[in-house]
Amino acid sequence: MAIPLSWWLTVAAALFAIGLYGVLSRRNAIGVLLGIELMLNAANINLVAFWRFITPQALTGQVFAIFVIGIAAAEAAAGLAIIISAYRRRRTVVVDELDTMRW
Amino acid sequence: MDFLFSFTPLIPLFPLLAFAVIVLFTYRYNRLSSDIAIGSIALSTVLAWAVLLATLLGGEHIQVEGWQLRVPWLPAGTTVLDLGFAVDGFTAAMLFMVPFVCLMIFIYSQGYMKLGQPDQDPRYARFFAYISLFAAGMLGLVVARDLVLLFVSWEIMGLCSYLLIGFWSFRKADDEHHIDEAQVIRARKAALKAFITTRIGDVLLFSGIALLYSYTGTVTLREIFRPETLETLQTISLLGMPAVTVIALLVFGGAVGKSAQFPLHVWLPDAMEGPTPVSALIHAATMVAAGVYLVARMLPLFIAGFEVADAPALHWVAIVGAITALLGATIGLAQDDIKRVLAYSTISQLGYMMMGLGLGSLVAGIFHLLTHAFFKALLFLGAGSVIHGVEHGHHVAAHADHVHTEHFNPNDMKAMGGLRHRMPYTFVAYLAGTLALVGIVPFAGFWSKDEILAEAFHLWRADGALNLPFWVWLAGTLGAFFTALYMGRQLGLVFWGEPRHTAARHAHESPSSMTIPLIVLALFALLFGFVNAPFLGSPLHHFMGGVHEASEVVHAEAVPFNFTVAAISTVLAVAGLLLGWLLYRNYRPGQVEPFQVVLGPVFTLLRNKYYIDELYQQVIIRPVVWLSNFCFNIDDRWIIDPFVDLVGAAGRVASDIVRVLDSVVVDRWFVEGTAQLFNAAGRGLRYSETGRVQNYLLVVAVTILLLLGLYLYF
Repeated sequence: MAIPLSWWLTVAAALFAIGLYGVLSRRNAIGVLLGIELMLNAANINLVAFWRFITPQALTGQVFAIFVIGIAAAEAAAGLAIIISAYRRRRTVVVDELDTMRW
Repeated sequence: MDFLFSFTPLIPLFPLLAFAVIVLFTYRYNRLSSDIAIGSIALSTVLAWAVLLATLLGGEHIQVEGWQLRVPWLPAGTTVLDLGFAVDGFTAAMLFMVPFVCLMIFIYSQGYMKLGQPDQDPRYARFFAYISLFAAGMLGLVVARDLVLLFVSWEIMGLCSYLLIGFWSFRKADDEHHIDEAQVIRARKAALKAFITTRIGDVLLFSGIALLYSYTGTVTLREIFRPETLETLQTISLLGMPAVTVIALLVFGGAVGKSAQFPLHVWLPDAMEGPTPVSALIHAATMVAAGVYLVARMLPLFIAGFEVADAPALHWVAIVGAITALLGATIGLAQDDIKRVLAYSTISQLGYMMMGLGLGSLVAGIFHLLTHAFFKALLFLGAGSVIHGVEHGHHVAAHADHVHTEHFNPNDMKAMGGLRHRMPYTFVAYLAGTLALVGIVPFAGFWSKDEILAEAFHLWRADGALNLPFWVWLAGTLGAFFTALYMGRQLGLVFWGEPRHTAARHAHESPSSMTIPLIVLALFALLFGFVNAPFLGSPLHHFMGGVHEASEVVHAEAVPFNFTVAAISTVLAVAGLLLGWLLYRNYRPGQVEPFQVVLGPVFTLLRNKYYIDELYQQVIIRPVVWLSNFCFNIDDRWIIDPFVDLVGAAGRVASDIVRVLDSVVVDRWFVEGTAQLFNAAGRGLRYSETGRVQNYLLVVAVTILLLLGLYLYF
């Protein structure tokens, strides 16, 4: 028996909420980055689920998901590089202390 | 041979092209420029003579009916203005003289403007450009089939006369020439005077052409002269006169300006400020001949007006001509400037031509125009040669003494004397010109002047009473005497006696580029009269007499040779020449002039040219200047400028108000107020920027949830 669409969406929403919580609550910048990855993957689940249930004949959903994965990899690389750079300057990865953009 | 006629449009074209080429391309290369000018006029001469040959061979048909080429030029409404070319006997006769005399003058100019000499004229190439354009204008006038081309050429000549008379108004003073400022100013004034004075005539001519066009609907000369057209013009009434008379008088007005007839003759003596070849060009081959040519060309109009009672346009031509002939000849008696004597002589001889035309004789007037062109060009070029020689003598003398301070006028005949030994070629040529002008058998002037006088005499005798032809004849005969008298005086002063100035003592003969044209022209002055000599059957009469036949109003028959007339004028001429020569050949500097002794106050009157210039100064120029000042005052002092100032002041007040509005309302409230508002807002809102990423993200998340909630709720 097939799992209905709403289940997939619920899983994705839960994953998104977990990721968002992580992004907002983790003090470690790497944890924030991990949260972002969760949110991106939640979006991926949505994309693939909608593709499978609504337009299975077109490949757009899958292609979008692959794009998102690629972009997530690039983003993770750029994000980690920024964190390393920030660490080298400030000797910390705690986001609360990285507040140079403050007024 | 008729194919030769197709060259006609090229005749004026070559000098025109020469002008364009010199002005646009070769003006830096003096020798090349003058060679182009001379080459082009030589080509024109060849073509013109070829056309003449074709006309001669074409027989009576061509000479009377003419050849023509129609060039539709400007479509104007329902009609097309033509700009065509035409040749008949009359044109061909002019084509013999005009380009050839121009050619002689061009060659002479090369020497006169001192090509290759250290003191060569600084605007040498430009000079040749201008005289080429001048020649193009005259040639265009002669070959014109329609009034359009005729008027265009007429105006080209007006422009060129202005440019050339004022040619030395740009001459820079330097050590070699030490030209005074006064000469520069005189040249400018003379150029303006010539231009403005002839302009009066041009306006009249243009009105005449416009009237002709409005009545006849055509600008083609031969069509205007058709009998039915002339008849129509006779019946239309305009200003209480037949239209044809009004038009003829307007056309004559143009000729009066261009041909320096009384009362518009005043520009011509002043035109002597130009270089001498220009004087020769203006006085012989081109400018002044144009006026006479015009009247001759339009003669059917004049005669058609004459036929209608109480409308004697033709009489006015004769009267003005007679007055001018006497006026010019008498003023010539009392002038000291060698060129001015010749200028007044030109005025007087033009009067003769007008007399001839005014008597209704086309051939008499034009014959004199042709012979006069040769001998007057000769006299002017001779005078130029004399001036050139004397200037050189002055140069030599000044170098020998190492002084250069003295003011010296090379045109002053009283500073000359004894030049016949020093300038033999010039002397012989000048003598030939003088004899031709005075009218001694067999020189050219004798035949032509005699024909005019014989015509007048004939008309007088045919009527018997003391009518107009009698007075014309009397004026002409007296004028002939005065002509001889002033030429005798000039010969005596210039060529006989002892040099009265060191410059004259050191004078020398001019270069061959100047003397050769003199000799050629002298030959023509001697021989040209035979083209219409009565004992040869008056060939010119047969050649061009019939050109106005078609109009059915002009009837040209050669007047038989009248021995009485010839004898009277010859005796008077010889007497005048001898008298002038005897009185002046031993003239000493500082001596009271013999004429002054005889004539007393009359001499002063003549010397001051009948005070006509002064009269014009008082009667025309001063009122005009007053009017200008009046208008200036209205403009500048009384009405317009104060009004302008008022408007300006009002504008300033208004702008002050606007300025206050601007600085208070716009600047302070709007511009600065906006800035302050944003400044304060920024101050308040800056506290929301914590710099912590997670705060920002929280705001984003909450906002999205809120928006989502709103979306779902509504």
